[in-house]
Amino acid sequence: MLKEITVTVNGEKHTLEVEPRLLLVHMIRELLNLTGTHIGCDTSSCGACTILMDGKSVKSCTILAVQANGKSLTTIEAVAVNGELSALQEGFKENHGLHCGFCTPGMILRATELLANNPNPTEEEIRWGISGNLCRCTGYNNIVKAIIYAGAKMRGEELPSTEPQFV
Amino acid sequence: MIPQSFQYESPGTLAEAIQLLHQYGDEAKILSGGHSLIPMMKLRFATPEVLVDINNIPGLTHIVEENGKMKIGGLAREAEIEHADLLIKRFPIFKDVTKLIADPQVRNRGTIGGNLAHGDAANDHPAVMLALNATVIATGAEGTREIPIDEFFFGFYTTALQHGEILTEIQIPVPPSGTGSAYHKLERKVGDYATAGVAVQITIGDDGIVKAAGIGLTNVNPTPLRAVRSEQALIGKPLTEHSIAEAAQYASEDCNPSADLRGSEEYKRAMVAVLVKRMIHEAANRASNN
Ligand SMILES: Cc1cc2nc3c(=O)[nH]c(=O)nc-3n(C[C@H](O)[C@H](O)[C@H](O)COP(=O)(O)OP(=O)(O)OC[C@H]3O[C@@H](n4cnc5c(N)ncnc54)[C@H](O)[C@@H]3O)c2cc1C
Ligand code: FES
Ligand code: FES
Repeated sequence: MLKEITVTVNGEKHTLEVEPRLLLVHMIRELLNLTGTHIGCDTSSCGACTILMDGKSVKSCTILAVQANGKSLTTIEAVAVNGELSALQEGFKENHGLHCGFCTPGMILRATELLANNPNPTEEEIRWGISGNLCRCTGYNNIVKAIIYAGAKMRGEELPSTEPQFV
Repeated sequence: MIPQSFQYESPGTLAEAIQLLHQYGDEAKILSGGHSLIPMMKLRFATPEVLVDINNIPGLTHIVEENGKMKIGGLAREAEIEHADLLIKRFPIFKDVTKLIADPQVRNRGTIGGNLAHGDAANDHPAVMLALNATVIATGAEGTREIPIDEFFFGFYTTALQHGEILTEIQIPVPPSGTGSAYHKLERKVGDYATAGVAVQITIGDDGIVKAAGIGLTNVNPTPLRAVRSEQALIGKPLTEHSIAEAAQYASEDCNPSADLRGSEEYKRAMVAVLVKRMIHEAANRASNN
């Protein structure tokens, strides 16, 4: 039996008829054609499907589309505004925070909530804060640097060096 | 992976939810945070015909202190518990445990009611509830019923909750000053289920005598386990290295771990002993600062 739901996605209201078993990630990718949200593991483990639902980072492979009824969603497509990169996107770009880019949308949306709750996190808080997001390429160090960079930028502070560090 | 088809209901009141659960009986399942149930439905380990989503029922997310009890709504999410200042002040164990449950995204969805109702000995809240002597409040067609935590966990994925009953609240007695609590689990990687986990709450009187002790164990038994002999080894005497070692030894003997990818039986028993020791020390430490 189809259910009618209304969701606001990236500021735009959509009314959709969905099967209750449709997962939110499939609604986003297949019904709305927003393919920036990725499916990595499909088992709630990797965080590639992370989006914001009413400002909270959630794994969209483990939520039913019907549960998003009346909610507001943000996906990676809405993070840059008028072609201008967000502080986090700039941080990832400047610090080589991505290689293949598969994990990046999830990382950026997770980090968005992290910085909203804690504008000046320590390195440990950042590492703990992205513990639900796997990256198979970067080894995480540059992702952590990217988030530190974005935090500084959002606080209007001097930007940390983007030179590679050899440890 | 896509779940089998089902009918979806999202009642706006508790009464309506209970009515739906009665109407559909065994066919229906409650959907709370969904972070145990939806993965099981995707794997088709669970194939409910009707899902009764309780997320839109108001009044189930409170975390308040009333008449000497902390009351936590069944729908309180891990992320809310993690940042509930009064609760953490009274029971620092909640800071320990929530931080170790899965990851931030899962904690944004997962609820304490779902964590207990799932009846999984690998979940972390059950051991904590044993240590804190909690009472589960279940609401059904006949009204509410109090279930002492020692009567709550029945067996593999089964609890004392009957069909048509919703876990609406958890009540925890606020202990006297001189009480401390702590939880830790050994995990292979961040966000993993416990290889072994230990929850301790201990009350030490001004005379240095242990007045009360609660010890719960995670994932080393088919059900969440109270370490009864370990508690008794501590109560009624001063806390000494000897009594702590005894408590650790008893817990490692009385649990019932099975060998799996996380380790052999011997290894898990050894880790239970180590964690019991550490958590008693940590809880006693916190008790002396309280
Ligand atoms: C990647 C991942 C890692 C995880 N790691 C951990 C971990 O380390 N430690 C840990 O403890 N947990 C872990 N979990 C489980 C997570 O904490 C779940 O959210 C929790 O076990 C269930 O809570 P829920 O609210 O999501 O319940 P749901 O999944 O909605 O429900 C679980 C079960 O309980 C029933 N139920 C739910 N709420 C009620 C209620 N109020 N009354 C009666 N019955 C109810 C449902 O019908 C269902 O059978 C992990 C989950 C994931 C996806
Ligand atoms: S695809 Fe959702 S967590 Fe991996
Ligand atoms: S950049 Fe490739 S998985 Fe992270």
